[in-house]
Amino acid sequence: MNGTAEVVLRLDAITKRFGKLVANDAISLSLRRGEVVALLGENGAGKTTLMNILFGGYTADSGSVEVFGKTLPPGNSRAALDAGVGMVHQHFTLADNLTVVENIALGVRSLKSPRLRKSESYIKIKSLSEGFNLKVDPHARVGSLTVGERQRVEILKALYRDVKILILDEPTAVLTPQEADDLFATLRLAISNGLSIIFISHKLHEVMAIADRVAVLRHGKLVAETTTADTDKNALSALMMGTAAKAPDIAVSVPGKTLLSLKNVSTPDVGNVPGLKSVSLDLKAGQIIGLAGVSGNGQAALADVVGGLCMPKAGVLVLGDKVLKHWSARAAVQGGIARIPEDRHKTGTVADFDLTENAILEGYSTAPFSKGGWMSWSKARTFAADIIAKYDVRCPGPDTRIRLLSGGNMQKLILGRVLEADPQIVLANQPVRGLDIGAVNYVHSQLLAARDRGAAVLLISEDLDKIMGLSDVIHVISGGRLSPAFGRGTMTPSRLGIWMAGQGFDAPVAHAS
Amino acid sequence: MRRWPMRLEPIANPSFARSITPPVLAIIATVVIASLLAMLAGANPFSVLGLILKGAFGSQFALLETLNRATPLIFTGLAIAVAFRAKFWNIGAEAQLYAGALVTVVLGTGALAWPGLALIPALAMGAVLAGAVVLLVPAILKTRFGVDEVVTTLLFNFIFLLFISMLLEGPLKDPMGMGWPKSARLIPEARLPRIVDGLRLHWGFALSILCALAVWVIQTRSTLGYEMRAVGLNREAAAFAGIPVNTVLVKTALLSGGLAALAGFSEVAGLKGSLTLDLSPGFGYTGIIVAMLALLNPLGVIVSALFVAGIFVGADSMSRAAGVPTYLADMMLATALLLMVLAILLTRFRVVRD
Repeated sequence: MNGTAEVVLRLDAITKRFGKLVANDAISLSLRRGEVVALLGENGAGKTTLMNILFGGYTADSGSVEVFGKTLPPGNSRAALDAGVGMVHQHFTLADNLTVVENIALGVRSLKSPRLRKSESYIKIKSLSEGFNLKVDPHARVGSLTVGERQRVEILKALYRDVKILILDEPTAVLTPQEADDLFATLRLAISNGLSIIFISHKLHEVMAIADRVAVLRHGKLVAETTTADTDKNALSALMMGTAAKAPDIAVSVPGKTLLSLKNVSTPDVGNVPGLKSVSLDLKAGQIIGLAGVSGNGQAALADVVGGLCMPKAGVLVLGDKVLKHWSARAAVQGGIARIPEDRHKTGTVADFDLTENAILEGYSTAPFSKGGWMSWSKARTFAADIIAKYDVRCPGPDTRIRLLSGGNMQKLILGRVLEADPQIVLANQPVRGLDIGAVNYVHSQLLAARDRGAAVLLISEDLDKIMGLSDVIHVISGGRLSPAFGRGTMTPSRLGIWMAGQGFDAPVAHAS
Repeated sequence: MRRWPMRLEPIANPSFARSITPPVLAIIATVVIASLLAMLAGANPFSVLGLILKGAFGSQFALLETLNRATPLIFTGLAIAVAFRAKFWNIGAEAQLYAGALVTVVLGTGALAWPGLALIPALAMGAVLAGAVVLLVPAILKTRFGVDEVVTTLLFNFIFLLFISMLLEGPLKDPMGMGWPKSARLIPEARLPRIVDGLRLHWGFALSILCALAVWVIQTRSTLGYEMRAVGLNREAAAFAGIPVNTVLVKTALLSGGLAALAGFSEVAGLKGSLTLDLSPGFGYTGIIVAMLALLNPLGVIVSALFVAGIFVGADSMSRAAGVPTYLADMMLATALLLMVLAILLTRFRVVRD
């Protein structure tokens, strides 16, 4: 990019402390017109804090934010918007029951004006939508749109406000590879129109593909700022983590007998989210079975069935050689299924319980933790201390409330909780979402270790790289339907993408299993 | 649009000072506001507060009166604390209290002619069962059909009170009562004896302390206590982990209803000797205040029940001496509760100015 273009945004020596933690340590960053700067960093590196300061959510302890040469008043969330900065959050902020036009016009028009002038808005949205290749029907209700379309609405919303600076927070996390490519095409159009973009991500190949410059944050410090032309993925990954990351070497596995089998299992739809549609799946010993798919296509239903949270409406479950008649979370635990839940904060842990109480959340009702209706807290505490030591949970001790732990350490405790019993089957639902690379590698190594000692691992993830890197066989789920099994190395991301978009199911496709 | 220039920011790890300062300030502020109210009523605030203290704790008689008044509040406070800990919103302690009282008079007025050592435990057990059953209905409605227990338990209070009224005008009416809607008196064997001869304090108080200890042990040491706390703190995680959430809620309801019913048993068998419609001046509702002030801690319930009872008893005698209406007690309690709720908020959040 043009190194002499006007500077549109300048963060100057931003420092923010939370107690003893320095979330942002004198970070300076500038953005020029028509430039894409990627903000790269592990979770907890300070990316979100920095953007919150820019948007006035937090007030910096020192340092200033300058947009188009004017200093923004600290802690004023309106100022950044008025200055032409827009942000597309990871979690969309749209009203499902309103149309696209209404959603977009809502935040711009004064609420005091008697009505939103929709036709005027419609024309502007239509031209933006065509100009930037953001295909979406302006009159559609947002509730009926796909995730990819909703993201387009969010981007349109920003463009509609004539933003000059667009911040995208992990924009591809919810997209199929094809949708991500479309997004990049749109972003390139936007840049050529003079927009400047800050792209927050931890996916290195995307950063390399779209960004002109990369700013790497680690532990609140800006550790490197470089043009993408002068670096590569390995170098960036090393900068992000502090040490060079190595992908795990995976030995080929030999599948054993089937441990859990779903035969023509169906579950009811829940609102817009499809249930399972006659899904058959075998989980075999010594295999990692990857489940790829765009979020909200039935993964949750499948995880609930395997994890004991829901009994199928139709079809049968066979655990070992027993057809299951009664199925519950506790039956799943006692049946040897280790369940790593999708949301470690909401379903995996009780935030105000300490580590000891969280460690026995599944096993509390049986010996040695409970005898004759009374708890043995000393046994529970020893168990928690063992997990802390063995799984390298960084914490002050077993009496610490788990809400004080980072996501990675929380996940390690959950891993310890479910893996200590040498489970036959591991259900890992988004096990590394939101974790830093160090924790990701740790979780993956634990899943591989479980596989290697003969467990069947069902890995559910929206991250294709992770699915393809770890799985011995891959299934794609789309609209509640399950694809055939694809063997390791037989699929490319784009072919998986076709299945993820729901297009492989009707046409007979040759596959290797 | 104008924005409120302040907002709340959660504190990740509140320090000890942070968790102790706001409640202390709340108590001080309560005293200050009560003084202002006393001044509004035309009295000297220092003498009013002094009179309340003296009236509540200043003499043996006053102290025993306060302990007697605290007894039903400890029971209902425990009932609320147990239920709220599991996020089961039992607003119906009043109905459960009357259920306990009802069973006590039905069985204790001569139906069971047992010696006291057998009769009194039987009456207590009967009361506990009745209270548990009364709360079982909303618990089942909630776990089976998702009916909000706040609504059912609250409305049940009115239904049950009218039911008691019907009984007192009909089958339970004391033939010797000269037409008043009151039940017959308990037989002497059914009365709770005094702890010390000659002192007006009955064994109901000792039972309430025992119950508080028992609830504390259950919550911290038993498997059920662990389940109740898990369900209360995060129902979703509890269900995921395989804790039978609905069963736990039903057990919680049984325990809570039973504890509230003991308040009715103890008031009838320990103090009044018969059942009337004014047996409880809202002990079931005041129990909510007691439990909240105690931060749902069963041992804290003892302290906060003594505090609340002290204010009531003290305000009665203060009113006679200083001519300030007893309603000052209600206002003090309301102030204390609101400020304590605010204080609890401030132990976990800090106010940030924009």
